[in-house]
Amino acid sequence: MAELVNVEYDTLIPNNVGLSKDRRVQKALEKWHPGYINWWNDLIPREFQESLVYLRTAVSVDPKGWAKFDYVKMPEYRWGILLAPEVEGRTIPCGEHMGDPAWQEVPGEYRALLQRLIVIQGDTEPGSVEQQRFLGKTAPSLYDMRNLFQVNVEEGRHLWAMVYLLQKYFGRNGREEADDLLRRSSGSEEAPRMLGAFNEETPDWLSFFMFTYFTDRDGKMQLESLAQSGFDPMSRTCRFMLTEEAHHMFVGETGVGRVIERTCQVMKDNGIEDPYDIHKIRALGVIDLPTIQKKLNMHYTLSLDLFGQEVSTNAANAFNAGIKGRYMEHRLTDDHKLTDATYPVTQLENDAIVLKDMPALTAVNMRLRDDYRRDASGGVGRWNKLIAKHGIQFEMILPHESFNREIGVFAKKPFDPDGNLLGETDYNEQVGKWLPNKADGDFIASLMVPCTEPGEYAGWISPPKIGIDNKPGDFEYVKLHMA
Amino acid sequence: MSKLIDFQTEPDSYRHWRVEHDGAVARLIMDVDEQGGLFDGYELKLNSYDLGVDIELADIVQRMRFEHPEIGAVVMQSGKDRVFCAGANIKMLGGAPHAHKVNFCKFTNETRNTYENSGAESGQHYLAAVKGACAGGGYELALACDEIYMTDDGTTSVALPEVPLLAVLPGTGGLTRVTDKRKVRRDLADVFCSIEEGIKGKRAKDWRLVDEVIANSKFDEFVASRALEIAQTAKGERQLTGIQLGAIDRSIQNDGSVSYSAVEVEIDRANGIATITISGPNGPPPKDLDELHSLGDQTWMLRLARELDDAMLHLRFNELEAGVVVFKSLGDPELVGAHEKFVFDHIGEDWLSHEICLNWKRVLKRIDMTSRSLVALIENGSCFVGVLAELLFAVDRSYMMEGDFEEDNRPVAAVKLTSANFGPFPMSNDLTRLETRFLGTPEMVGEAHGEVDKLLEAEEAEQLGLVTFAYDDLDWEDEVRIFLEERGSFSPDALTGMEANLRFPGPETMETRIFGRLTAWQNWIFQRPNAVGISGALQRYGTGKRGEYDRKRV
Repeated sequence: MAELVNVEYDTLIPNNVGLSKDRRVQKALEKWHPGYINWWNDLIPREFQESLVYLRTAVSVDPKGWAKFDYVKMPEYRWGILLAPEVEGRTIPCGEHMGDPAWQEVPGEYRALLQRLIVIQGDTEPGSVEQQRFLGKTAPSLYDMRNLFQVNVEEGRHLWAMVYLLQKYFGRNGREEADDLLRRSSGSEEAPRMLGAFNEETPDWLSFFMFTYFTDRDGKMQLESLAQSGFDPMSRTCRFMLTEEAHHMFVGETGVGRVIERTCQVMKDNGIEDPYDIHKIRALGVIDLPTIQKKLNMHYTLSLDLFGQEVSTNAANAFNAGIKGRYMEHRLTDDHKLTDATYPVTQLENDAIVLKDMPALTAVNMRLRDDYRRDASGGVGRWNKLIAKHGIQFEMILPHESFNREIGVFAKKPFDPDGNLLGETDYNEQVGKWLPNKADGDFIASLMVPCTEPGEYAGWISPPKIGIDNKPGDFEYVKLHMA
Repeated sequence: MSKLIDFQTEPDSYRHWRVEHDGAVARLIMDVDEQGGLFDGYELKLNSYDLGVDIELADIVQRMRFEHPEIGAVVMQSGKDRVFCAGANIKMLGGAPHAHKVNFCKFTNETRNTYENSGAESGQHYLAAVKGACAGGGYELALACDEIYMTDDGTTSVALPEVPLLAVLPGTGGLTRVTDKRKVRRDLADVFCSIEEGIKGKRAKDWRLVDEVIANSKFDEFVASRALEIAQTAKGERQLTGIQLGAIDRSIQNDGSVSYSAVEVEIDRANGIATITISGPNGPPPKDLDELHSLGDQTWMLRLARELDDAMLHLRFNELEAGVVVFKSLGDPELVGAHEKFVFDHIGEDWLSHEICLNWKRVLKRIDMTSRSLVALIENGSCFVGVLAELLFAVDRSYMMEGDFEEDNRPVAAVKLTSANFGPFPMSNDLTRLETRFLGTPEMVGEAHGEVDKLLEAEEAEQLGLVTFAYDDLDWEDEVRIFLEERGSFSPDALTGMEANLRFPGPETMETRIFGRLTAWQNWIFQRPNAVGISGALQRYGTGKRGEYDRKRV
C-alpha cells in the first residue's frame, strides 16, 4: 500500500489529507462534526442507530483497502475525508486554461463559481438520506435494509467530502455554506434542499430503487464531470466518491431487477400472460409491470431535470474555466476547448421538436444529459432481458425527454412519453396512465411490510443472486436492536 | 430594433405580471413569460426583464394610483419558484444598441422612482417580499420598495453581481440606493457589490440590505400581516373609488407624425426636429368633484398629461434622430388657468386631483430627463400658463414672439405664472424649475411670484428672465431657423452631455445622483470595450468565454 493513500486515524476524522497537520481545517471540521452527528441522530430512527449493520468502511483509498466490511453502529461509522491519490503533473483538462498545471488552491477569479458547484453537489448528498429516512421501517429484507444504510452512510460521507472542500478552501464564507448544508432539509417548509428532485419524498422501496438507479446516476454524471475539474482537490474528491456511487447504482439496478423478476415469476407460476391484467397480478401481491414503468417514468424525468437548462451559461462558464469537464473528458478527442464547436440541442420551435446546432460550450448540460440517457439505458435493457426470459410481452422504455419536465425547453408542456405534444385536457385525462397515481401509490404502500428474519424476503421482491461480501443467503446483515 | 415600441398596454394584455387585489393590499406578482421578449434573440429566463416587462410594470404602477386609490400596500413578489428576479436580461443588453440600453435604463429608473415615491406621495407603499434569488436588477426592484422582507430559507439571497459577472454596473440605481437610501456602510457595500452569490440570511439584515429576515415557514404570514398593517395605516377608514384609465386616443402616420386628442407631434426628419404642439382645453373645467370623477381620464389635465408622456416616450425610443424637440402650445390661457385651478383647489380633499398633480410632476421630470435639445416657442395664440409654463423652464432655451406679427390675428403671445410654478412640481434636485433657473439670483423667484396670475407679454417675460429671447416680426423667423439649424449641426453626444450638465444645477438628491451616475458611469462603461467589445464581458456572457479586459485604469 502506497504511503500516500493511508488513512490517518489520529484525529476524530479518518482522512488522507493530513488533517492532523492542518490545525485550521481540523478545528473547523471538529466544530462542524457535532452538528453533523445531531443531524444524523435526528434523522435515522432510534432502533436503527443502535443496531449493528454490516457496513463497508473505507480504510484507505487503494483498490484493495477501500472496502472493509464489518458490523458497525451507524452513529459510530467512520465518516472520513478521502481523496483519490494525487496524480503527479496533472494539468487542467479543458477550457481556456487547458494544459496549465491543475490548481491546488482556488483561483480567486473562479471562487464564486466553484463554491456554487460544491454547495449544489453537497446539498444533494444529505438530501437523499433525508428523503429515505423512513424506509428502514419497511425494508423487504435485512439485505435491503443493509444496502439502504450503506447508501445512507456513504451519502453522509459525500457530504463530508464537500464540507471539507468548503472549509479547507473557501474561508469563512465556505464554513457558513457548510453549516447551511445541515440547515436546509429535504421537503422542509423552512429551508428546502436546493434542487427539486431532492425535495420529493421517497415513499416506498420501489421508489428507492428507482431513485438510486436514476437519480444517483445523475449524481454519478455530475461527479464524473467534476472529477475532470482543473481544481485538483475537487477532482480527487470526486474520483473517490465515484467508487462509492457505483454501489448505489448497483442497489438500484438489482433492486428494480428483483422486483421485475418476482413479478414475472409470480405471473408465470399463476399462468398470467397479459402484463396488463393488473387486477389479477396485484391480487397476487406483486407489482405489475405497467406500474413499474410508471415509476420509471417519474424518476427518470425528475432526474433529467437535474441536468438544468439545455443551453446554459453557468455550464459554459464552468467548462471554459476548467472547473467542470465533460463525461470522460480524457477520452474525448476534440480540442477540449470547444471554442468554435457546435453540439445538437433539442429545441422547441412552434411546438415542434427540432435538433439545432448550438455552440458546444453552452450545450455542455445537454451533452451530459445525452450521456446520461445512454448510461441509463443499459440497465433498462437488462431488465427487459429478465422479462423476455419469462416469455412475457412487455418492454420497459425510457420516456421521451419532453415528457413530464419542469426544467428546460419542454418545461410544463403536455408531451406524452413518446414525445407527442397533446392538448392540455387530453394530457390531463391520460397522465394517469403514465405516472403513478394515488391508487398505484396506495397499492405499493400496502406491500411495504417489513421482513426482518435473516434470509427472508417480502413477497414482492426476489432475493439477490449473491450476497454482499459474498455472504450466504441467510446472513444477518443487520443485527436489529430490539429495545 | 426597428419595430415600433409602444408604451401603451392594459391589464388584459399583460404577459409578465399579475395583480391581485384584496381590500387595501395588492399583490404584484412577477411571472415573466420566457418567450415574451420584446425583441428576438433572447429568452426571459429566471424572471429576467426587458423593456416589455418594464412597460407593463410602469402601467401597473400608474393604474394602481388612478384605478386603485384604495390600495395602501403593494406586495411585490415572484410567481416563480426559487427566483425572485434575476434582473435585466443580459442577452437582451448584449444585443441591444447603445441608445436602446441607455433609454431602457432611463425608463426603468423612472418607473422605480415612481413607485418608490408612491408611498410618501399617495400612501401607496411598495413592499418587496423576496423569496428566491434576487440579483442585479431584481434587487434594484426591491431597493426601490419602501421595505424589503427576505425569507431565511438557507438559499435566498440578495446580490448585485454586475461587476464580477458582467463588467458593468447595476443600471437602476442599485449602487446609489445601497449607500444613500439603505445607508449600507461603504466597505460592506464594496464587499456586497463584488460577490456574485450575494448575501443571505441574518447578515443581509445586519448589513442593512433588507429590513427583515423571516423564517420561511412564517414568511407569508409575516408579509401578509405587515402589508395589512401598512395599508391600514396609510389609508385608514377612507373609502376611495378609482377611475378607469382607458386607451389613449392616438394615431401614428407614415411620415412619423403622431396625433393625440390634445397633442400633435410633427417630425421633420430632414432636420431632425420634432415639434410637439399642445392644445389647451376646449371648454370650462369640471363644475365639481363629481364631474371631475365622472370625466375621469377624459378631463383635460389628465388626458393631456398621459398623451404628453406617451409622446415623450415615443420620441425617446422610436425617433432617435429627432435631436431637437420643440414645444408649442395653442389655446385659451384663461381656460388652461381655470382647469389647473380646479385641480389645485381640490388637492387637499380629493385623491384624484392630488394624483393628477403628481402625474404632472412625473411627466415634467420625464421631460427634464429627455436627452434631446429642448426648445419652447411661445407664439401668438399660445397658452403657456401655470403647469404648461413649467415647460418653458424645463427646456434648454425658449423663444417668444414680441409685438404684432403681420397677417397674424391670433392673440399676442403671453405667458402666465400660477402657483404651479412655485412648489408642486419640483425637479429631481428638489428645487422648483424657477428656483433652479435663478440659482444665482434667488430674488428673481420672488419677483416672478409678484407677477402671478398676470398675462405677461414678451418684454415683461424677458425682463423677468422667464424666456431666453424675445423676437419681433422682423427677426423671429430667421433667429429661430438659424438656431435650429445650428443646433442640428452639433454633435449629438456633446449636446446631450452639455444639456444634462446645465439642466441640473444646485443640490444633489438621491434621484439626481442615480441619474447622474447612470449617465456618467454606467453609460461610459456600456461604451467601453471591456463590456461591449467583441471580447467584452457583456458580449461574451452566456458563451462560457470570459471577458478580456484592458487592464489600464482610465
